[in-house]
Amino acid sequence: MNAVIRIVMLKELRESLRDRRTLLTSLVLGPVFAPLFFILVLKLALARSVAAQEEAVPVTVANAAAAPNFVQALREAGLEVTLKDGDDAGIRGWIADSDGLVVVSVPANFGERFASGEPAPILLYADGADSQAERHAARVQQAIASYASSIAALRLQARGIAPTVAQPVVVDTVDVSTPSARATLLLGMLSYVILLVTLLGGLYLAIDATAGERERGSLEALLTVPAAREHLIWGKIAASAAMMALALALVTLSIAAALRFVPLETFGMSANFGPGVAWRVFLAVVPFALVGAALLTVVASFTKSYKEAQSWLGVVMLVPTVPIAIAGVLEVEPRAPLMLVPSLSQHLVIQALMRGDALPGSWVALSVAGTLALGLLLAWLAGNLYRREAILGG
Amino acid sequence: MIRVEGLTRSFGAIRAIDGVGFEAGDGRITGLLGPNGAGKSTTLRILYTVLKPDAGSATVDGIDVVARPLDARRAIGVLPHAAGIYPQLTARENIAYFGELHGLAGPRLARRVDELVGELEMGGYAHRRARGFSQGERVKVALARALVHAPKNLLLDEPTNGLDVMATRALRAMILKLKAAGHCVLFSSHVMQEVAALCDDIVIIDHGHVVAAGTPRALQAQFSAATLEDAFVAAIGDARGLE
Repeated sequence: MNAVIRIVMLKELRESLRDRRTLLTSLVLGPVFAPLFFILVLKLALARSVAAQEEAVPVTVANAAAAPNFVQALREAGLEVTLKDGDDAGIRGWIADSDGLVVVSVPANFGERFASGEPAPILLYADGADSQAERHAARVQQAIASYASSIAALRLQARGIAPTVAQPVVVDTVDVSTPSARATLLLGMLSYVILLVTLLGGLYLAIDATAGERERGSLEALLTVPAAREHLIWGKIAASAAMMALALALVTLSIAAALRFVPLETFGMSANFGPGVAWRVFLAVVPFALVGAALLTVVASFTKSYKEAQSWLGVVMLVPTVPIAIAGVLEVEPRAPLMLVPSLSQHLVIQALMRGDALPGSWVALSVAGTLALGLLLAWLAGNLYRREAILGG
Repeated sequence: MIRVEGLTRSFGAIRAIDGVGFEAGDGRITGLLGPNGAGKSTTLRILYTVLKPDAGSATVDGIDVVARPLDARRAIGVLPHAAGIYPQLTARENIAYFGELHGLAGPRLARRVDELVGELEMGGYAHRRARGFSQGERVKVALARALVHAPKNLLLDEPTNGLDVMATRALRAMILKLKAAGHCVLFSSHVMQEVAALCDDIVIIDHGHVVAAGTPRALQAQFSAATLEDAFVAAIGDARGLE
């Protein structure tokens, strides 16, 4: 490496590593809290989906005396049955007074029609605008349908007909997703976390080395040393990229460690994030550090002050998430041309690694090559920017 | 030895300097004197190669600053107008960083830094981080940084700005020492007394033109002035009267 690039890089790193606040935001906050926060969200989401299935559904049955067996069937289906008597107006009143209430009303002629084998009417009252009531109503309907079909089967049997005659088609859903693939859906957000924490790692160094250096008034002196200006800025980009690589290593490790504490297995999922995968994720994403560092440095070089650089880079940090978001909405599958798009290709590689799929080696090579090419282009651009007199500002 | 001829530079429609020419000799202190906005900083910035002139030439020890900027930079030490230093580095590290960028390394660099710490009397804070340094301490570090590669020529842009009396005196002593060692020192100032106290030669600059140049005595004689200040006012008044 060119001596100037190395000297500048080491000096910028030394300064950043000494600044406790920079260190905290660059290397501690992201790698420690991002995975923790993410896992907390994941745990809450999982807990809620389990709770929704096991939730006891209350149902009020009006005029139950006319249909004791029916009420018994609802109880056996796991519903929390309350008995209460009232007419149509009364039932509407109960529902208006209580959220999520579902009422089943048994008309007086139920028993008579049931006994004669005619369709026996049941009235199901629920507020369609109340999402909780709607969910409860669906469960109640399920229970009623299952009761009805078992009665139908008994009736057919009593008449000497096989109940299967009334079942011309049986639907059986086969879930072909592997446990890892299901987890990946939930863990898909992880590539966002990894890329953002990586960028955050070099953000402050990129600002400090450009806008900060100008604002402190040391840039002019630096430009009077006998070195090509592009070597100076490449040293700064290299330092920012090194910080990003460090943040990436830390966040990969912390995610690998944190995922051990999420009981994904109890939900039939497995997170494929062992040491081997963590190492490969690091290798796949580390070229992105060059793109990130060069991008942030180029943008920071345009700004007039530290504050301005901070607000600009806050927006620029989100740019790499755009291809991932678009791909997520369009549900794209990994394809060779997509591997040339930095950030998206890293996302796809991370997804494949966690899912346990192997992407073709040539695709991974495309990802690395496309990313490095963009990084070098941006670094070249930064070099050109630094050759201009206007870089001094003021 | 610095030689400037017909130096011209515009920023948009504003002509910052227009045909500036002068010489600054070795073993002499040359003061670039003029009111704010006269073109002192632009002239120095062209000399230390961060700006390019539209016309004219400037050489340092015979090296053309436009044609061979890297060689010119090796021949000069620069204390720019806002001489910031790195707050997270110690005084020594600030100086050593520029030494490394000038190609010094190892024991040679360490010795040179020791020398400068001694000469500028920075022993008390050489190993402290620059974060809390006073303005005087910062200027000393910036000056040491400018001198780390032992340049023959020294360019100082308003070096005493913001310094207290003691720091100003220390800086003056340092400049005189450099002169005695045979260096060519060129410094800009808008403070009459400072230039009077230090300079062997004075170049008075106003509105981008050199309006008078010479030793303090010669300037007083030229404008039949009792003091240098009167000469300065007369020179600038003459120039403005001619416009």
